[in-house]
Amino acid sequence: MLVRPKPGILDPQGQAVESSLRHLGFAVEGARVGRLVDVELTTDDPVEARAALERMCEQLLANPLIEGYEIEFPEHTSP
Amino acid sequence: MSGPDRPLVAVVVFPGSNDDRDAQQALELLGASAVRVWHEEQQLPPATAAVVLPGGFSFGDYLRCGAIARFSPVMSAVRAFAADGGLVLGICNGFQVLTEAGLLPGVLRPNRSLTFICRETQLTVAPGESPFTTRCGSGGGTLTIPVKNGEGCWYADDELLAELEAAGRILLRYAPGENPNGSVADVAGVANADRNVFGLMPHPEHAVDPLLGGTDGAAILGSLVDAARAAA
Repeated sequence: MLVRPKPGILDPQGQAVESSLRHLGFAVEGARVGRLVDVELTTDDPVEARAALERMCEQLLANPLIEGYEIEFPEHTSP
Repeated sequence: MSGPDRPLVAVVVFPGSNDDRDAQQALELLGASAVRVWHEEQQLPPATAAVVLPGGFSFGDYLRCGAIARFSPVMSAVRAFAADGGLVLGICNGFQVLTEAGLLPGVLRPNRSLTFICRETQLTVAPGESPFTTRCGSGGGTLTIPVKNGEGCWYADDELLAELEAAGRILLRYAPGENPNGSVADVAGVANADRNVFGLMPHPEHAVDPLLGGTDGAAILGSLVDAARAAA
């Protein structure tokens, strides 16, 4: 699950990263810092899994006032 | 002992709270009977007349400040207490917990400077009635109370801000030019619609003794004790 600040929300961490990257000589026009949360689920059912991940984001991992989230499944899941 | 003269104030202790003893001591000094309540308790002590969520770093500030503490067992009791009209004050991390729990509007974000800020701030109290500012008078006023936080930048979108301003729910602001953290509209403290729940980033419990730099914090906490006494 990828959680990051919504567009337009002040992101001081992103600004600090942007500034630091510029100091290193990279041509950067903007940087946003989010959070990646990897979880291992016990279910094999992708529908059930996606529903659970949605609820995780809604209830805990993202604050809907300031953060959006995306959910990604790995292409190969371990057996 | 608690009683009509010394109302019982429950100070919730989360793992990582560190201003609970200061809050307890300040409340006792101001005439309350203050007890510390572990976050795993399912219920508040009988006769609780007010609840304080203290400052600190509950659950290590992991994920987002207050985001994990809001699920502590005691928070169900705090939520019910607040819904019943009970007085709830959140200070610093306690404010963060209350916003994450949805009991107060907005959210606290990292300071604009990305640095931890620990210093006195001048504050403006909104005119009007609230149980947390009665000792400031109905005309409002100014207070000097320290802040100490890394994530004190209160945020709300324009629509929510306008709604709160129209309802007079922004009880405390940093004085002009004093905003230490980038907080939207200089907001330092905000109340719920019924004005029985209030959160603020400055630490009134650290400003109740002249030997420690000032006593303006007593205006907030003393108001709470007065209101708790009336409610007991």
